[in-house]
Amino acid sequence: MSILDSKIPEGPLADKWTTHKNNINLVNPANKRNIDVIVVGTGLAGGSAAATLAELGYNVKTFCYQDSPRRAHSIAAQGGINAAKNYQGDGDSSYRLFYDTVKGGDYRSREANVYRLAEVSANIIDQCVAQGVPFAREYGGLLDNRSFGGVLVSRTFYAKGQTGQQLLLGAYSAMNRQINRGKIQAFNRHEMLDLVKIDGKARGIIARNLVTGEIERHSAHAVVLATGGYGNVFFLSTNAMGSNVMAAWRAHRRGAFFANPCYTQIHPTCIPVSGDHQSKLTLMSESLRNDGRIWVPKRKEDAEAIRAGKLKPTQLSEEERDYYLERRYPAFGNLVPRDVASRAAKERCDAGFGVNKTGEAVYLDFAAAIQRYGKEKALTSGIHNPSAQQILELGEKVIEDKYGNLFQMYEKIVDENPYKTPMMIYPAVHYTMGGLWVDYNLQTTVPGCYAAGEANFSDHGANRLGASALMQGLADGYFVLPYTIGDYLSHDIRTGKIPTDTPEFDQAEKEVTERIQKLMSGAGTHSVDYYHKKLGKIMWNKCGMSRNEKELKEAIDEISELRADFWKNVKVPGDANGMNTELEKAGRVADFLELGELFAKDALNRNESCGGHFREESVEQSGEQKGEALRDDVNFKYVAAWEYKGAPKEAVLHKEELTFDNIELKTRSYK
Amino acid sequence: MSGLIKSSIARKVAMALSGLFLVFFLLQHFTINFTSIFSPDTFNELSHFMGTNPLVQFVLQPVLIFGVVFHFVMGFVLELKNRNARAVKYAKYNGGANASWMSRNMILSGLVILSFLGLHFYDFWIPEMVHKYVEFAPADSTRYYHELVEKFVSPVRTGLYIISFVFLALHLWHGFASSFQSVGFNNKFAVGAKKFAKAFAIVIPLGFIIVSIVLHFSHNH
Amino acid sequence: MNLTLKIWRQKDANAQGKIVEYPISGVEGDMSFLEMLDVLNEGLINKGEEPVVFDHDCREGICGACSLQINGEPHGPDRLVTTCQLHMRKFNDGDTIFIEPFRAKAFPVVKDLMVDRSAFDRIQHAGGYISVNTSGNTIDANAIPVNKEDADDAFSAATCIGCGACVAACKNASAMLFTSAKVSQYALLPQGQVEATDRVLAMVNQMDEEGFGNCTNTGACEIECPKGISLENIARMNREYLKASAKG
Repeated sequence: MSILDSKIPEGPLADKWTTHKNNINLVNPANKRNIDVIVVGTGLAGGSAAATLAELGYNVKTFCYQDSPRRAHSIAAQGGINAAKNYQGDGDSSYRLFYDTVKGGDYRSREANVYRLAEVSANIIDQCVAQGVPFAREYGGLLDNRSFGGVLVSRTFYAKGQTGQQLLLGAYSAMNRQINRGKIQAFNRHEMLDLVKIDGKARGIIARNLVTGEIERHSAHAVVLATGGYGNVFFLSTNAMGSNVMAAWRAHRRGAFFANPCYTQIHPTCIPVSGDHQSKLTLMSESLRNDGRIWVPKRKEDAEAIRAGKLKPTQLSEEERDYYLERRYPAFGNLVPRDVASRAAKERCDAGFGVNKTGEAVYLDFAAAIQRYGKEKALTSGIHNPSAQQILELGEKVIEDKYGNLFQMYEKIVDENPYKTPMMIYPAVHYTMGGLWVDYNLQTTVPGCYAAGEANFSDHGANRLGASALMQGLADGYFVLPYTIGDYLSHDIRTGKIPTDTPEFDQAEKEVTERIQKLMSGAGTHSVDYYHKKLGKIMWNKCGMSRNEKELKEAIDEISELRADFWKNVKVPGDANGMNTELEKAGRVADFLELGELFAKDALNRNESCGGHFREESVEQSGEQKGEALRDDVNFKYVAAWEYKGAPKEAVLHKEELTFDNIELKTRSYK
Repeated sequence: MSGLIKSSIARKVAMALSGLFLVFFLLQHFTINFTSIFSPDTFNELSHFMGTNPLVQFVLQPVLIFGVVFHFVMGFVLELKNRNARAVKYAKYNGGANASWMSRNMILSGLVILSFLGLHFYDFWIPEMVHKYVEFAPADSTRYYHELVEKFVSPVRTGLYIISFVFLALHLWHGFASSFQSVGFNNKFAVGAKKFAKAFAIVIPLGFIIVSIVLHFSHNH
Repeated sequence: MNLTLKIWRQKDANAQGKIVEYPISGVEGDMSFLEMLDVLNEGLINKGEEPVVFDHDCREGICGACSLQINGEPHGPDRLVTTCQLHMRKFNDGDTIFIEPFRAKAFPVVKDLMVDRSAFDRIQHAGGYISVNTSGNTIDANAIPVNKEDADDAFSAATCIGCGACVAACKNASAMLFTSAKVSQYALLPQGQVEATDRVLAMVNQMDEEGFGNCTNTGACEIECPKGISLENIARMNREYLKASAKG
């Protein structure tokens, strides 16, 4: 029996959440006034949790490293948010959303959590509309939906290509209301540097005021971590520059298990790297694959000529192009899930068919869609025998209406007109499904320490479907955590204010200060970015889209060596008493250097291919699926939760067996 | 005055309304002046009415003076507050990249107009007040055209008037159209209204300039 | 490309700042403006100097963290982009580029090019929300139809990223475009009508208290706004304010 207790309520799947809510303890309003909660991270999950907890009456303190909660990286989500509203009458239901999510996650998520997510999804939309989130609407005034990859219904609500922004600003507005009421104290430009435990329970944090450099102690009866994912361990990712794993990693070091660190989503449609100066990668919404066709040249010589600038893609005829997704996956074509599309692009580029100067890009071509839409539009506009020019213009207009802002963004970055020449895209690290292990109540293995949103591991298994991250973040924050945390806090009504002048706080602050001193006193030969880039290269090359035993072992050693070198030789200029952006980065990279190793160790342990995790040793050997990912349900149908024991190498694996009572395990086929 | 109206938007609306009132006055003033170049008699008649009608003299005139003073004082108050809102200036500020010269220099064009008003009062209003309320000179309904022409003999004064009207145009070019925005008038009709305001900003000052030139040359003949 | 950068350096909020000149070479057109500054900073760190501090985060034009007054314009000479998406191909070899923080009394400098824009947050605290509980026990999302045009306009207003370019561009350092975008978003939606009166009064009052200048309709904000937020929002706010004042 594992020491992990997922605390999944008894009873039929569909009733679990309701039963659970009916049975958990509540805190009366007068007592809530005496209870403090710390929320670290103010994105969708943290912002919504903070607002709801404050509204219930708890005293909430929020922390974020940005200058305002409104800057959290949830803001960058483009496509939309799923909800089983069935407004389109196309047969959607909570069960279908649950089913799609579990299947999309390649059967590596917890049934009960996913079902709850599907169940509360409809509430999210009601809530957001009431808050004034301007979702797209139809002419009749009702909400519009679009469809997304991997599903058969239209259940995605959206606000053009800025859904994440609108939802985040909605959560931020709910926070504002509570700040105005005095129920939330917002500590912006603050970074959590440690979790403080008293008698085994999370009772506060040590934070650094990033403006003054002061080290502060904050106590609370419970601590919620909603600090996002750790994709920046790859240096280049679609994450924000400041996105980091520090809060989660500090909690991990204090006893919170870290689950499935190797589950990383590599998004297929990002703008390719243009040079060594690159600081981040920009995502182009998955919705583009609805109309764009992905291809590379059939002949290597053509690819070489294109790379050398001697040939233009538009000069190649249809016969000279390899629409490899349509060729390999005739059923789903360009709309295969993200992990499949990413691996296929890498396979072509590795084989020498890449089309930009670095050889790491494929085309996403809208010419066919422009023609198709142009002809349709001409027909519906009553233009008989339209000229080629007319068709082109009409078609481009349709594409502009659908994707105008994305095309503009592409043009600003790449300086090419995507209406006239195909876009170049390449996969990039986007989202991390792994994170802090939590039970059904979203509590980590440290009592009183909760994790929400991308920071936890819970709902997406080994691969996340499009438009599900926003749903999960808000579900956790608005509708799950406020209930489950009350159950825990009901035992704290007589505790009283937690003092910060205790030995535990003294000790934690001392450790934090020493760590800062150590970072500041490196011998000084290389910048923080130097190490971060090196780490990123190791991660991308050896723990990226496809992984094998040999390289993972190499990665573990290399990261461990790099970490030792970092602590000896990193150069952090300036001092710690005041704003020091290099010191901030150094602290974050130091944690990435530990997480990266655990990541590789987890990937090495999981000798199967599932979702975003592809092991070259585990592929179908024969039949129609030959060469495709091979899942191993006999040996790996579990959550890998790692316990900290000093160096990442020594981390101890705990397994939470996954049971599937309501869904049949199948091989994902997109042929 | 600034204590009375505290909020930024209220002040902005007050600026717009007083400005619109002055625009209306300007139109009236121009209409009368314009008659001078083709019908001195009409000009005299109208001027006499304006100069002697008690309603105009004791109700409209004080309102106008209040409007002018209010517009200027509020303009200065806002300018000071606005300058104060950016304590440290930019080393390099490319204001021309995103806003017209007129919109950025309302205080300058306003000051030119204010100095012009000084000259204008010295030329006409003060003599008029002296004539009526100090010397108690007998009413003469035909003196106005003669007095007007006399003022435009000097090419320097005519030149000063013309320059002032150019600045008036610049001030109106931004101010008139912008007052619609200030009072929140921004719907499908606003586009036309703004075009009208821009035309007004050219036509009326140009009209004044023509009147000055015609008067200047008519005397020299 | 070789460039001369003239950058505002200031140790902290209370220190005296000054423009410092830095030559930089090997700049490529594909670099974003911030990546060019990354290169500069890498060089400074290697020389043992403190890097230039500036706000930035998402680097894809949506978080609103990046700022910078570049050659006298917020977010530089390109239109409808934030500094992180401004690319060096917009500059020429040999150019001198002035880089200053967004200047306004309400945006005090924190360090170098980083400013404190919490005044915007406080305007939002004052009324930038609809007072509904987040329990989820609201009415169905489709219970109140919203005119599509209004919903689209509300969305356009809501795309404001709170970067402060409007304030930086305005010769009066006025925050009207920012404030009006939020007021408009809610004023256009039936859900926002209930509190419309209190909201506009509270938000404008807070805006004034923060020490922003007044709007003189120069239109600079609209031109420089990376999200193209329209001046119509200011007119709408003026209208809303007048209505609210009349109501008392």
